[in-house]
Amino acid sequence: MSSVITVENLGKKYLLKHQSGQQPYVALRDVLSEGVRTLGSRLFGRSTLVSRSDEQEEFWALRDVSFEVKQGDRVGIIGRNGAGKSTLLKILSRITEPTTGSVRIKGRVASLLEVGTGFHPELTGRENIYLNGAILGMSRAEIKKKFDEIVDFAEIEKFLDTPVKRYSSGMYVRLAFAVAAHLEPEILVVDEVLAVGDVQFQKKCLGRMEEVGREGRTVFFVSHNMDSIKFLCTSGMLLNGGQNIYSGNINEVVGKYESLLTANIIIATNKDGVIYQNDSVNASEFDIIEVAVRDRKDNPIAIVRTFDSFKFRIKFNSPVASESKSAALFLCTFNGSPLLRLAMHPYSSFKLKCNKGVNEFVCTVEKIPLPAGTYLLIFGICESQTGEWLIEKDLCSFEISTSDIYNCGRPPTSKLSAAVSDFYWESV
Amino acid sequence: MGDMEQQVEIVIKPGMGALHYWRDLWRYRELFFFLAWRDILVRYKQTAIGIAWGVLRPLLTMIVFTVVFGKLAKLPSNGVPYAIMVFTAMLPWQFFANSLTESSNSLIDNANLLTKVYFPRLIVPAGSVIVGLVDFFISLVILFAIMAWYRFVPDIRMLLLPLFLSLAFMASFGAGLWLSALNVKYRDFRYVVPFLVQFGLYISPVGFSTAIVPEKWRMLYFLNPMVGVIDGFRWAVLGDAFPVNWPGFSLSCLLVLVVFVGGLLYFRRMERSFADVV
Repeated sequence: MSSVITVENLGKKYLLKHQSGQQPYVALRDVLSEGVRTLGSRLFGRSTLVSRSDEQEEFWALRDVSFEVKQGDRVGIIGRNGAGKSTLLKILSRITEPTTGSVRIKGRVASLLEVGTGFHPELTGRENIYLNGAILGMSRAEIKKKFDEIVDFAEIEKFLDTPVKRYSSGMYVRLAFAVAAHLEPEILVVDEVLAVGDVQFQKKCLGRMEEVGREGRTVFFVSHNMDSIKFLCTSGMLLNGGQNIYSGNINEVVGKYESLLTANIIIATNKDGVIYQNDSVNASEFDIIEVAVRDRKDNPIAIVRTFDSFKFRIKFNSPVASESKSAALFLCTFNGSPLLRLAMHPYSSFKLKCNKGVNEFVCTVEKIPLPAGTYLLIFGICESQTGEWLIEKDLCSFEISTSDIYNCGRPPTSKLSAAVSDFYWESV
Repeated sequence: MGDMEQQVEIVIKPGMGALHYWRDLWRYRELFFFLAWRDILVRYKQTAIGIAWGVLRPLLTMIVFTVVFGKLAKLPSNGVPYAIMVFTAMLPWQFFANSLTESSNSLIDNANLLTKVYFPRLIVPAGSVIVGLVDFFISLVILFAIMAWYRFVPDIRMLLLPLFLSLAFMASFGAGLWLSALNVKYRDFRYVVPFLVQFGLYISPVGFSTAIVPEKWRMLYFLNPMVGVIDGFRWAVLGDAFPVNWPGFSLSCLLVLVVFVGGLLYFRRMERSFADVV
């Protein structure tokens, strides 16, 4: 079959401005005052001003990516945070232009980068179906034809004329996904949108999307959930640092990804119990520097076992002094399912006082309720108010060793149980 | 439809966004109607007094202007009831001011759309102007009511009103394009807009007639494109009492065209970076 998508040497460059505090837009006020100052220094012949433009830094989110996709292929795009997956999807769906290279696409593309794009809380379910459908590229006639099917799929008949602001979050997601699931483009581009909603509905969506693939449509799918990627996709592409480092059969690609993550493991036998270290910290960004594991008395430890109490000692860099940020550690499975969310906000009353430069904090975990297994450790810093992530980084794998917590000679492992708890049985 | 669409090949290259722009704009016309429909719906659902708000604002401004300029300052109104003279100018002015305010924020308000789906961005500020148009028609009904109150009968020239309305539309849309694009680039630009609108109200002949501007300044006065638009409206609605200064009117028209085409070009130039910046 012929290729429906041909991508050649695709690259996307962003300019990072360090002066203006990460914001890509400029303030007119700054431009004007800058202009006046330059004018002043020219008039008075002083050249004390250093040009600000050299503080821009280039950043290639995507570099030299080439691939071909045949009709009916279902391609999973895998990679860590910041590997360039979202940028690739954005270029494919024409939201942003590439800096170099080209993409040729045959057929209509529908992209689903977010659930419920353009949903308006004041409008009713019925109105939002039309609006969202139009935004995703359906014509009025098409929406009309599929309207009943969409309502059925979402299971919201009763609330069709209720404003969606009164919907539960589950209903909201179901409605939004139902509209998207009834798109009939030749090429469907899907970003991690299934991470929401209840498990049963997720399965229904996955099933529906698999049908889409069987009907000969081409699907692009980005997810951290390796199970759904394996279920849905036939081939895969592994991105790292903006480059396509491996493509092929989906199982191979997932295997490569897992070995890429475990390659980061630093066995916690080195001094100070350091499990993650970052040598290339950019002082003008939020970035993690080091994570170490200590016991309660602050002695470095080499292993952590089920139900152990211990501390994560975290060093990170902040470009600004701030009291509005909040940090979090997550432990996930390699399939992307979150297991433990150790977030300062809103779970703990601890207020993060960020200094400019290196900051060091400790997170104590009491009786970690995870069975023996290998987990993925993720660190993030967000705005406490909005929850917007300033940095979210997959750090390294985190090993929990076996401990016979039930005193039965069979310590629990992650194969049998996702979490552990103290429990007992008795007859009534 | 399906067969035809399947043949379409899209090429994405740096700087190629412009290639099928106008064809795309036509293809996305339904989205344009939907977005405008959403804005109208939301506007009249959200505000508790709904349509009343659209009615009250121009009405109250008209009353204040009639009292201050007509009764206190005793400015001339060429035999036409002062209220009608003011309200006729209120129509295009409110349309212009509302469209400008709405469209200047439109891209930022729709940031989530811009970063998640592709469509010609021109649709967004255009939709805001359509919302302004709905308010305009509501005000037009009030104008008829005021005319009936004063037993004022317009002549056949009234039929030329759509012509002047399209001039007002071009002025509003052109200026809206400028402001919306500038607003994305310079985030503090939105503080300038209310000032611009307020200032514009005083330098446009809304509360008084163009005739009170001294002859030697007249041509300079027409450099404000809204002067031409407002004079056109008065001529169409109120008749010979308000003759149009045709050279001045042509100058205003020319400036409207400059603002419109300039806005279009500037918007198109900035458009491709919107998703990265917004």
